Amino acid sequence: MIAELGLAALWLAAALAVLQLVAGSLALSGKAQGLGGVVRPVAMVQGGLALLSFAALIVLFCQTDLSVKLVALNSHSAKPLIYKLAGTWGNHEGSMLLWVTVMGLAGGFVALVERRLPEATMLATLAGQAFVSIGFYAFLLMSSNPFERLPQPAIEGQGLNPLLQDIGLAFHPPTLYLGYVGLSVAFSFAIGALITREVGPAFARAMRPWVMGAWIFLTIGITAGSYWAYYELGWGGWWFWDPVENASLMPWLAATALLHSASVLAARNALRAWTIMLGVVAFSMSMVGTFLVRSGILTSVHAFAVDPERGTFILALLAINIGAALLLFALRAATVTEGERFTVTSREGALVFNNVMLTGILGIVLVGTLYPLLAEAMGSKVSVGPPYFNPAGAIFAVPMLVVLAVGPLLRWRRDSFSRVRGQLLLPLLLALGLAAGVAFNRGIDLLPAIGLALAPALMLASLLPLRARSLMRTPLPIWGMVVAHFGMGVALFGMASDSAFSTERLVAVYVGDNVGVGPWQVRLDRIEPVAGPNWTALEAKMLASYDGGAAVEIDPQARNFWAPPQQTAESALLTRWNGQLYAVLGEQGEDGRWQLRLWWKPFVPMIWLGGLLIALGGVLALFGRVASDVRRVIARDKIAYRRQKQGR
Amino acid sequence: MNTGGIKAKHQRLVLVLVALAALLGAGLLAVWGLRSQASYFYLPAEMAANPPETGRAVRLGGMVEAGSIKTAADGVTIRFMVGDGKARVPVIFRGIVPDLFKESSGVVAEGRIGPDGTFVADNLLAKHDERYVPREMKDMTEQQARAAVVETQ
Repeated sequence: MIAELGLAALWLAAALAVLQLVAGSLALSGKAQGLGGVVRPVAMVQGGLALLSFAALIVLFCQTDLSVKLVALNSHSAKPLIYKLAGTWGNHEGSMLLWVTVMGLAGGFVALVERRLPEATMLATLAGQAFVSIGFYAFLLMSSNPFERLPQPAIEGQGLNPLLQDIGLAFHPPTLYLGYVGLSVAFSFAIGALITREVGPAFARAMRPWVMGAWIFLTIGITAGSYWAYYELGWGGWWFWDPVENASLMPWLAATALLHSASVLAARNALRAWTIMLGVVAFSMSMVGTFLVRSGILTSVHAFAVDPERGTFILALLAINIGAALLLFALRAATVTEGERFTVTSREGALVFNNVMLTGILGIVLVGTLYPLLAEAMGSKVSVGPPYFNPAGAIFAVPMLVVLAVGPLLRWRRDSFSRVRGQLLLPLLLALGLAAGVAFNRGIDLLPAIGLALAPALMLASLLPLRARSLMRTPLPIWGMVVAHFGMGVALFGMASDSAFSTERLVAVYVGDNVGVGPWQVRLDRIEPVAGPNWTALEAKMLASYDGGAAVEIDPQARNFWAPPQQTAESALLTRWNGQLYAVLGEQGEDGRWQLRLWWKPFVPMIWLGGLLIALGGVLALFGRVASDVRRVIARDKIAYRRQKQGR
Repeated sequence: MNTGGIKAKHQRLVLVLVALAALLGAGLLAVWGLRSQASYFYLPAEMAANPPETGRAVRLGGMVEAGSIKTAADGVTIRFMVGDGKARVPVIFRGIVPDLFKESSGVVAEGRIGPDGTFVADNLLAKHDERYVPREMKDMTEQQARAAVVETQ
């Protein structure tokens, strides 16, 4: 019954999306002005119905209703409730339903609150949102119905991939999806503005909170995903340039560029066509990412759909949406009049540099990610990894980070470098001093060395915009910028420190043996069997002492899941203020020795701390802007009310 | 740095050109990087017939030969042979092997060929579970299944 209810809600939502598109288009073309009034309510109800449908699927998973094919294939009655819940989106159909739900809710929310734009632009925006949604509804209903029943209920479910049974990962996909799909709003705003040719500061101010919101979720999602890969895979690395990781990084890069160009458009009415273009590109990257991840064209834990028909469907959707948007852009971009002008040494100039560099990195990542697919079509199997991505990305990232230190100090429109030179002296000296120090240490590669020299200077320089300001009166968006830029420095330092200073020990030891790694002494005390709800494991009890200090116990495990049968290595982490000890338990050899892999990673948690600071900066800026918008609306209403009273 | 001399009416053109130049630069850089850094996939027969240059990152896929896994005295270094029925390549790997790595089963090794012709693996990818198989390995086992059928007929 619940499955049928969910399916009915989904069909209704799809029908409403069609109505939203048709009514919006007719009202825009002037054929049926009266229809314009229904577009907003329809968008809201459509979002509500999509949510209802998704809620139905969640209920089915929580009940482990094995008469539903999707539940039988991806869940198991013995799984903890939290992973039954997470199993809802831990599969192809469920994750696509989550996608359309977020898209519907985002459209409905825009329809509910956005009142700043001209009504025609709003109609075009909501029609654009509906146009994109319809494709995904069709995809779900025609080839990926999540509510399909089995002719005979299954006796037991097949379970969820144990690698995905992790609390951090349970909420990783919804977070990323809020980011991916939130960008659809920016896409629709861009389409709406192109159709009505209303590109200006008002458009940028309306779009910015949506981009900011999506960007915050993307940042958190990427940070969490990176941490998950770090401790769950047991390889000690935190970024593998896996196509799936790149799929989340590319929309983030585009959204970061879009945020910065939108702030130029909002403050200075410049970079008009470019901002529109980035709005289109950002969501296109989300769709490319989804295609890569979900089409089964890549093999990874994320690739659920191995059905080639689905891959073709997503590819067609991608081509239609991106193609239509780019065609519209090509037709209309020339009629978007040029914005205000500025000199090279100005805030705008620095932000243009940031945008060009971010686009460069985006290009590098996109080419590197797609190349193996193209090569395979030509008949050779190729993989592209860090030896390509690291240096090629750094060529753009390093200049961008240098300009990041300077740009926020420059004034809008026209400034001179000599005015800010004095302030930058201290960070510059710091960077040079560190560079000299690093240069003496011959064991460090070039890229980590650059990172180590640049990161502290960047942290210091990012605080400079607060100079000569009253900290209490500094607007929240400025705080947001400072915190986010500081976070970039923090993350960069963690990355560079991990590459430069990590030490690794790989040994086979008997119980009772001592192993040294960096400043740590680790003793393998004993091995114990332990059991969880759907797994059993061998757990190593190890005593780790830092620099001769008191011993702390850490317990890495080798886990055996039985539904589906699979082994995973659960690493153990011990965090200090200055780094992390990372331990993995391997196999027991024939001579009774246990394999251990230990890393001492100085300052590595700063990578994720930096990521969280970047996201926090976004939250502060978003909160500040929304609060001032709300204040403005209230003030306007008060004035209107007073006028009305006086008029009476 | 001061380009105030450029008349403002050209600004849009200059911006477009700068963006195009950067993208072109990124594209050229990408092509150059991919030519030198992409890692190619080899079957043992291909590696025997036409070995990649020493030190270049490549991947090797095949079956771990039965009885070939030997653990060195340090307990963490293993040597084994990867074969495809036509040729066999010795592989050395230092590390904790993936859970489903075993003899007579498929493997993809990431690494480089050493001066003595031994493949030095940095990483081993084994079949993870029923639904997660390295892409090359899936094709490979199908080929091998077909070959096996032909042999038995």
